[in-house]
Amino acid sequence: MSVELNQFHSVFFEESQEHIDTMERLLMSMSVNNPDPEDLNSIFRAAHSIKGASGIFGFDALGQITHIMENLLDQVRKGQRAVSNDLVDQFLGVIDCLRQVLDSYRNQQDIDWPAVERTTKLLEALLGAAAESAAVEEDDGFGFFDEPVAVQAEEDDGFGFFEEPAAIQPQPEEQGWGLFETNQAEAGTPGKSATSAKDDNPAKKPASGESSTIRVDIEKVDSLINLVGELVITQSMLKVLGDDLGGSNSRMGTVLAELERHTREIQQSVMSIRMMPVSFVFNRFPRVVRDLARKLEKEVDLVLEGEHTELDKGLIEKLVDPLTHLVRNSIDHGIERPDVRRDRGKPEKGTITISAAQRGGTIQICIDDDGAGLNRERIMNKARENGLNVSDEMNDADVWDLIFQPGFSTAEVVTDVSGRGVGMDVVRRNIQQLGGRVNIASRALRGSTITITLPLTLAIVDGMGVMVGDQTFIIPLVSIIESMRPYPENIEQLAGSALLHVRDQFWPVLPLYQVMDAEPRHTSPSEGIVVLIETSKRRYGLLVDELVGQQQVVIKSLEQHYKRVPGAAGATIMGDGSVALILDVESLADVAPILDEEIA
Amino acid sequence: MSGQKDQAAGTADNDGPASEFLTFVLGDEHYAIDIMAVKEIRGYESVTKIAKAPPYIKGVINLRGDIVPIVDLRIKFDVGEATYNEFTIVIVLQINERMVGIVVDSVSDVIALTASQRRPPPEFGVAFDSRFLMGLAKLQNHMVILVNIEALVSSSELGLVDAALKKMES
Repeated sequence: MSVELNQFHSVFFEESQEHIDTMERLLMSMSVNNPDPEDLNSIFRAAHSIKGASGIFGFDALGQITHIMENLLDQVRKGQRAVSNDLVDQFLGVIDCLRQVLDSYRNQQDIDWPAVERTTKLLEALLGAAAESAAVEEDDGFGFFDEPVAVQAEEDDGFGFFEEPAAIQPQPEEQGWGLFETNQAEAGTPGKSATSAKDDNPAKKPASGESSTIRVDIEKVDSLINLVGELVITQSMLKVLGDDLGGSNSRMGTVLAELERHTREIQQSVMSIRMMPVSFVFNRFPRVVRDLARKLEKEVDLVLEGEHTELDKGLIEKLVDPLTHLVRNSIDHGIERPDVRRDRGKPEKGTITISAAQRGGTIQICIDDDGAGLNRERIMNKARENGLNVSDEMNDADVWDLIFQPGFSTAEVVTDVSGRGVGMDVVRRNIQQLGGRVNIASRALRGSTITITLPLTLAIVDGMGVMVGDQTFIIPLVSIIESMRPYPENIEQLAGSALLHVRDQFWPVLPLYQVMDAEPRHTSPSEGIVVLIETSKRRYGLLVDELVGQQQVVIKSLEQHYKRVPGAAGATIMGDGSVALILDVESLADVAPILDEEIA
Repeated sequence: MSGQKDQAAGTADNDGPASEFLTFVLGDEHYAIDIMAVKEIRGYESVTKIAKAPPYIKGVINLRGDIVPIVDLRIKFDVGEATYNEFTIVIVLQINERMVGIVVDSVSDVIALTASQRRPPPEFGVAFDSRFLMGLAKLQNHMVILVNIEALVSSSELGLVDAALKKMES
């Protein structure tokens, strides 16, 4: 049996995951004083579905927990037990356990049976407190019938297996459970009842809407994206050829323009397949905020904005950890305790707003709190303690930047929440690996805002093409402030390298030909072009011969057939088929050590 | 391998299947590599230079969307003269999942060699380190040096693979 069912495992895991998420979401949004009976039903159904299906597959740990959970929920649903914050917390704990067990099954790891037993005991204790012996008896009968019936239904009717748990619901109902009042009429027709129970779930998820979806292996999508990348390159090569042949007036020019438009459209729609709404990350935060706020005895409201903003799937997955860290930081360090807030004339309940929005080719995610803001004094003291070179004249932005230094924590008490100083530098590194930036704005007593700027996708970068000698390089547009041909009087020489004076600031000038071993046409900054570059760590000007123009380029890996190249983030293929390196402006400055001395 | 050789000594006429080798010229020496590693042969075209790479790594080219490094063995092993003209040849190799192009003076022939036609490699007198040699073979009028191209390309000698990555792959 289990061999034949293997093909359904992945569907089971995904659906169970959804059920667990649904339960969590509903529990989170439940009002303790006046719980919506429909929500309670949905939670019950979710637990029941997991239980039924895990019985079919022999995932006993899941079945065991959801079985008791279901009994408890049933009492709640029938009003025999009041909903309390404690109860919700207990359930959330159980859901965590379920999630863990599900992951173990999914990854074919050993089940943490002690944890399962603990959770079971906990639920039994809760159930025992209500001590309704009748319920326990009925219980046994239910557990006994459950699996065989479900299996039979599967074999006979060939339903998708998820309908089975619903299909057997009428059975206990007839035994006097009185569940599913609304479905009573359909009790005799399992197929129909199953459908209606199933329909309930999507209706409960406002985000998913009615759009029908198919599950596709991500590898198929990625290979499609790669192929379209090739198509775009071939198309632009063709365009260059066409321009050489007859210019844009000829019939060929028209057709080529058409091809360009179609290719672009194909590319856009293919890229959009990988896009997912950020709600996939955001949805976990109500739980994080709630748990942490309770633990720290703070009151926090969470506002989510722009959850439907779409981001590349790869980015979404890698955003979870940094964002969680930042949100936890905001609660732990930002939001004050209610009494402190009252003294400061603020509402006792703090607010954290997480928002996402698209700005041109980038996505901005902001985590905004109305807490205490960063403490300049304390950061400065800590910086001196750590032996960093700081001065009181530093502007706020530079001071806030200090918290991204490794080992930097100003928390007075090291808790299990934060204060170990492993956080912010890791956050920034993770974001940078995604090609993004982190900025902090903060006002004392008003709160702080952390802004993460990310590219829309990982596969394509908006870049500026620059020439040095006969070589083309691409500079990612996000890190370019401006480009200019400086006047000779704005350039000063210091210890053998040039400093550019722009609007009261000095920018060290890094000649690209030196770093990239090219033969330049211009070696003096006043003859070439200086591109002002800002990374999260440093600012400098990059001396190049000329600008070629702005373009979107497909990022190709150098490591696939070669190895990492210092100063290069990857390579791309230009319109004429030649290869251009995409500069990694952060490590480029590492390659040239002169810069560090000047900035520090 | 040695078993095959013993057998070959006994029955010179029938000594197991022949494997095919692609022969090429570096300077005035003839070399051969296993043809199964060869993906394609193409003319030398302009490359994109890689900064701070050793001189024998000429740079990278675009091979139908893949960024492939080009190695000039003539520079690496100091044989012949590294000139580039319309007759300069690049042999594109595919070894494990990785591709690399090697620049040679010319490509001569595809030959089939049986085990008995191979001789053990010489200890000295060739540009290649003996680690990368599989043996020698005598053709009508000259010797051909059989190169273990897989070992050469994935060795740290050429520096084509990150050390960490190599450890992972092996």
